[in-house]
Amino acid sequence: MSGALLEVRDLSVVFDGFRAIDGIDLTVEQGELRFLIGPNGAGKTTLIDVITGLTRPAAGSVRFEGRDLVGRKEHEIVRMGVGRTFQTSVVFEQLSVVENLDLAASFRRPLWSLARRRRGVSDAVDAAMRTTGLDALADRPAGVLSHGQRQWLEIGMLIAQRPRLLLLDEPVAGMSGDERARTGELLTEIAKDHTVIVVEHDMDFLRRYASQVTVLHEGKVLVEGSVDEVRADPRVQEVYLGRADDKSRTGGGGEGRAGGDGDGPADGRSQAGDGEKSRGPAVGSAAGEVK
Amino acid sequence: MTTTVRNVVRVAPPPAGPSWRGRLRAPAVFVLVAVLALVVAPLLLEPFRLGLLAKYLCFGIVALGIGLAWGQGGMLTLGQGVFFGLGGYAMGMYLKLHDAGGDLPDFMVWSGVEKLPALWVPFENPVFAVAFAVIGPVVLAVLLGSLVFRQRVRGAYFAILTQALAAATVILLVGQQGLTGGTNGLTNFFDLFGQDLAADGTQRGLYIVVAAVLGVLYLVAWQLVRSRFGRLLIAIRDGEDRVRFLGYNPATVKTVTFAVSAGMAGLAGALFVPVVGIISPALLGVVPSLELVVAVAVGGRFSLAGAVLGAVVMGYAKTSFSEQFADGWLYLQGALFILVMTLAPKGIFGLAATARDFVVSRRPRTGRPLMSTGTADIGGPLIEAQEPRA
Repeated sequence: MSGALLEVRDLSVVFDGFRAIDGIDLTVEQGELRFLIGPNGAGKTTLIDVITGLTRPAAGSVRFEGRDLVGRKEHEIVRMGVGRTFQTSVVFEQLSVVENLDLAASFRRPLWSLARRRRGVSDAVDAAMRTTGLDALADRPAGVLSHGQRQWLEIGMLIAQRPRLLLLDEPVAGMSGDERARTGELLTEIAKDHTVIVVEHDMDFLRRYASQVTVLHEGKVLVEGSVDEVRADPRVQEVYLGRADDKSRTGGGGEGRAGGDGDGPADGRSQAGDGEKSRGPAVGSAAGEVK
Repeated sequence: MTTTVRNVVRVAPPPAGPSWRGRLRAPAVFVLVAVLALVVAPLLLEPFRLGLLAKYLCFGIVALGIGLAWGQGGMLTLGQGVFFGLGGYAMGMYLKLHDAGGDLPDFMVWSGVEKLPALWVPFENPVFAVAFAVIGPVVLAVLLGSLVFRQRVRGAYFAILTQALAAATVILLVGQQGLTGGTNGLTNFFDLFGQDLAADGTQRGLYIVVAAVLGVLYLVAWQLVRSRFGRLLIAIRDGEDRVRFLGYNPATVKTVTFAVSAGMAGLAGALFVPVVGIISPALLGVVPSLELVVAVAVGGRFSLAGAVLGAVVMGYAKTSFSEQFADGWLYLQGALFILVMTLAPKGIFGLAATARDFVVSRRPRTGRPLMSTGTADIGGPLIEAQEPRA
């Protein structure tokens, strides 16, 4: 139990006999910005799901600040200081931007105190709004936001929670070039004083903003190291970089949607995973067309 | 921070905060309605009509709870009759014992019961009876809620569960003739706290109490909806799984809300009994529970006022329509429900909003790129979140 913030040991996840994660070890130190990459079905999102309590592992342990996370409920893990965003950004469309952020910032208040009305904007919410540049949209319903703005709102909600570990699941999927650049700046800003794990698919984005990278492949850790080390590794080039490079040049973003690259069962897995994730969050659909 | 991050978002200026006149509109309407209900109605309406209005207002209290649980919290509860009945029977038992003056209630004598059942004994105390009318339903709802919501039972499954509870309650009540009065329920009350229940003055007083209770509970519910708790409730309705990742336990929030709505239904039941003079299984089973949900849907479930209005209007419509055509009401009610659900899902109270949505959806979109989640890059300009100008 050294100074590591997050320690994943010998983790396995099995979906209907398919080993989505097959003995992963991962250690993330306090203050680190770690990128998780890998082709479709490598188990990136599943790993995030296990850390945050959405998926139960078949074996292995996940320790955060020395305490085991496996078996705890989602909201308990959040209360311990682990926050996440979703690939399909899910915000509450009926609530305004500031209300979304305020809810995220208020979970430590006792329940009875929630019966009072919100007066003004708390510092945490204000900071989150300025960091994400959403202050101009504060009183607009989240339903009218564009896809990129939704992602920023989700990241803002995550900051407002003030977690000690942030997990971002493909924050730039489906974003335009400008939006990607902005999200990258946002990420750099956040990583200054937070420990962040980013699941990403986009190689350009990775090259520009990543330092430490863990490459997953078929449920296992393939390589771990700096961006340059990882990029130079022939195994990584073989399983991932070549193809992903092609993809990012043609502008493909979302995992599982880009599709068509051969790994049959893996695709099926990632779709099942998606379905699981969007159980409740029907809010996320119908992106910009409200109004 | 803002310096490092380019502000690429071009938007119409946010709507200015509501003017003082806008802020005062809701309280002004509330006061106006309160004056109408508490002063004008008792002066204008004959005692019979006033009694009917008191009955509708009792339904309005239940509807308020349904509006909170269903409209705000997304919990479609089809068994509010159970809580209503608990409150009603508690009050009925007290009235029965009070009228019997130390003897056994009349129906027990007819069923051959010789000794007052232990269950009845505490209800000789009016304070206990009234307290139980609220606390009983709250406790039942907390038990049920913490079991059901923690297991993540929701949607149609929750609705069916509550409906089954209503059906089971009726069977239980009917089966225990000697204890509950069976199908007939509890009726023939004469005296409430020393007042003759048949007297016009008593009924007028009861009406005032019912209207005042509804007003107070409306304010409580309104405060709850406007608070952070209310925002959280809407968030849970729209994305329960996402709310878990904000660090809240939806089961707790839903259980609290469900309990509040149950307490309201219980109190409504306790008020209903002296107003109408009867509580029986037929008043709290599946059908009356459903009728109230239909009324809330017709009135407008997303607004508390809509829910109450729906219950009062549907109650009035039922009475006046049934006076002319005995069986016609059932069909009219069904037709109305289908009509509202297909054409105006936000109910009568949400008609304006529905119409606005319709007009907007008809208006051609100004070349704003539609981005849906997870699609690939779209080249073009960044978001232009501008209001389509009329």
